[in-house]
Amino acid sequence: MPTDGVNKRRRRFLVATTSAVGAVGVGFAAVPFIKSWKPSAKAQAVGAPVQVSLDGLDPGQIVKVQWRGQTIGVLRRSPETLALLPEVDNDLRDPESQESEQPPFAQNESRALKDEYLVVNMHCTHLGCVPQLVPQVGPQPFDDNWKGGFFCPCHKSKFDMAGRVYRGVPAPANLRIPPYSFLDDSTLIIGVNPEGAV
Amino acid sequence: MNKNVLIMLCSLVALAGVSGSAIAAGDAALEHANVNIRDTAAAQRGARLFVNYCMSCHSASYMRYNRLAEDLGLGEDLVKEHLMFADAKIGDTMEVAMRPADGEAWLGKAPPDLSLTARARGTDWLYTYFLSFYRDEAGSWNNVVLPNASMPHVLWQLQGIQEPVIVEHDGQPTVERLELAQPGMQSPEDYEETVRDLVTFLEYLGEPAELKRRNVGIWVLLFLVVFALTSYALKAEYWRDVH
Amino acid sequence: MAKPASNLAKSGNAFLNWVDQRLPVTAFWEATMTGYYAPRNFNFWYYMGVLSLVVLVIQILTGIFLTMHYKPSAAEAFASVEYIMRDVEWGWLIRYMHTTGASFFFIVVYLHMFRSFLYGSHRAPRELVWIFGMLIYLALMAEAFMGYVLPWGQMSYWGAQVIINLFGAIPSIGEPLTEWIRGDYFISDATLNRFFALHVIALPLAILGLVLLHLVALRENGSNNPDGIEIKANKDENGIPKDGIPFHPYYTIKDTFGISMFLMVFAFVIFFWPEAGGLFLEHDNFVPADPLVTPTHIKPVWYFTPYYAILKAVPDKLMGVILMFAAVGILFFLPWLDRSPVKSIRYKGLWYKVMLALFAIAFVRLGMLGMSEGTPAQTIEMRVWTFVYFAFFVLLYFLSPRASTKPLPERLTH
Repeated sequence: MPTDGVNKRRRRFLVATTSAVGAVGVGFAAVPFIKSWKPSAKAQAVGAPVQVSLDGLDPGQIVKVQWRGQTIGVLRRSPETLALLPEVDNDLRDPESQESEQPPFAQNESRALKDEYLVVNMHCTHLGCVPQLVPQVGPQPFDDNWKGGFFCPCHKSKFDMAGRVYRGVPAPANLRIPPYSFLDDSTLIIGVNPEGAV
Repeated sequence: MNKNVLIMLCSLVALAGVSGSAIAAGDAALEHANVNIRDTAAAQRGARLFVNYCMSCHSASYMRYNRLAEDLGLGEDLVKEHLMFADAKIGDTMEVAMRPADGEAWLGKAPPDLSLTARARGTDWLYTYFLSFYRDEAGSWNNVVLPNASMPHVLWQLQGIQEPVIVEHDGQPTVERLELAQPGMQSPEDYEETVRDLVTFLEYLGEPAELKRRNVGIWVLLFLVVFALTSYALKAEYWRDVH
Repeated sequence: MAKPASNLAKSGNAFLNWVDQRLPVTAFWEATMTGYYAPRNFNFWYYMGVLSLVVLVIQILTGIFLTMHYKPSAAEAFASVEYIMRDVEWGWLIRYMHTTGASFFFIVVYLHMFRSFLYGSHRAPRELVWIFGMLIYLALMAEAFMGYVLPWGQMSYWGAQVIINLFGAIPSIGEPLTEWIRGDYFISDATLNRFFALHVIALPLAILGLVLLHLVALRENGSNNPDGIEIKANKDENGIPKDGIPFHPYYTIKDTFGISMFLMVFAFVIFFWPEAGGLFLEHDNFVPADPLVTPTHIKPVWYFTPYYAILKAVPDKLMGVILMFAAVGILFFLPWLDRSPVKSIRYKGLWYKVMLALFAIAFVRLGMLGMSEGTPAQTIEMRVWTFVYFAFFVLLYFLSPRASTKPLPERLTH
């Protein structure tokens, strides 16, 4: 078979072109397969925003709802509780919520849209357990100088009444704040930011 | 390629074509729906008809309202306002208020889910079906396409009332054609358009991804043309060694 | 003869050397690709092998992804398929690839088999290649049948009903056998569940193993060619067949082009004609399975209809089943039924061309009649073509050693 006088540059070019086009094709073909793993329309419908009525929720009380498989707590805080928040700032790992997960509107001292209501993802940022609300101020088995907050029974992480994590516990960051907004004064919707759905 | 083989293949294909059409000639009586799946306005009108006339008995339990809002360009607010029952959520599927057991009691048979009717029956069948209701001598509704079915003519106020012209065929009374005995709110032409709208929506309902499928398909084919051209150039270059 | 274009081994790639000392990658590449010489005159028909492989890969890949969303239970199966079609992002595409792939598998496999009828690829010394191919075909039919049951539509249900009941025709053990296959007294959840297991794991494994054997047996003697003469009979001073060219790059590149053309047709059907007018996705299968309502017109999917027509042509249950299985079984003996001194149709003379044309028409025509309603006229026609189908093999056996042939060329023709 005569292979003298073969234009090697042309062959190299054509091999490269065909390989490149083929690779692009494989890349595009992979997209539907990868995207088919995203939450389906059904999962999205199940994970739709959840409405919470605030009627009858007294100060110091918490109501828990499920949103996208997460336990979300809605805690009504009294003015006294809110006043205690700055006092623990020095014992916290991230008092300004710089390295924690929350919508922009909740990056403040009370970590809330309205100071009175804390809407918080109850799952510990350590390994996902659900901490208990211990609202009493006073000595506790796990803390002699407790100002009220959340205590995780799994690995002893502590959070204040704004879900901010204490120093010296395993949890690396503050409790997460989900997107939420108010439909009216007594109705909360979880999963929708004030600007719109997430 | 061997010439004989080519001739043989061609004759096979021709044979398949001729006898294929002969075998498939069973459904000749149906009228053509001429549905255009890209006619979003028709699908929107059809959605409204579907909710108003069909959904009191039939569900479309694989179709989600929010998908409807997006695909038909309606927006979620419009869908909530006009197409949904008050307690339904936007991510819900188009479920019916009536329970299947009630349907069985009232109509003799639970009304089927309509999500896939267009795919099971075809749009021509549906179109002809909606044009073929008539009132028989007993005064009850019947249909030429689906005789003695339990479904009443829910669109009769639009179409009016048709009565059959019966002719004896080999001693059997047969419905030869239908005559409009009492005009409805719409002229026959307008009614045909209404039915076409409804069938357009049912076609969409059968396969919501159809439009996207066709649109994506064009790009895929264009890409494959490019790939075929480059791979052909490559093949031609290397095979110069052989020829 | 120039050295093969592969430069993998010569590149002095340290990593490759490291691997080669532990795993014979380069040696394998040379043995099966650059150092494997294939006849230079492959035509259209020789694309079908690699295309079968392409479809196999597509089916396995899309199948894995469908399994992630499909629910193999009678209560949920139908809805889960619609879930894939509507709620899973791009699910419709993955499913259409799989359904279209199923039909295209049979298209390319039938053409692949027909190539053997044309050029005698099953003749000695390649009988085992053919036998393994036939076993793949059998496994593929089982795979397709069970896959067709999974969507749990009316055709799934009643098709399974009819096909499983075929085994009921076997005297005395028929009834217990069908019960054992179904795992119930009717087609039910248990049937669906076991068909799912066979469809997604058992049969694919069997097919992959058989494909490997098919290819190993093929490589042992090398491919046949449209002239049906052995290229190894004519070697140059280096022991390389004069009419052979290295599989890589020449046939890898040519196959790439063939695959691109195939993908165009495949994509066209997926995106613009996925139901193929009710052939690939049957209308009745968009209605959920209902054990109380039999569809007016039950028929298997198109790739089974030739055999189904043979079944319907015989007015006796047991004989019909026997003849239907015989129609597939007789293909196994093809290498020994053809006793002609030449392999290829090109040198066999008119008698074979006429016979093969009639055989092909019989197969296609039976396929179409198998889908039909079965009027008395069609039943008579089915019997005629059934006779033609079997007559082909009988005549082949008796005519092939006697009929005149044309002289074989020394070297491959173009």
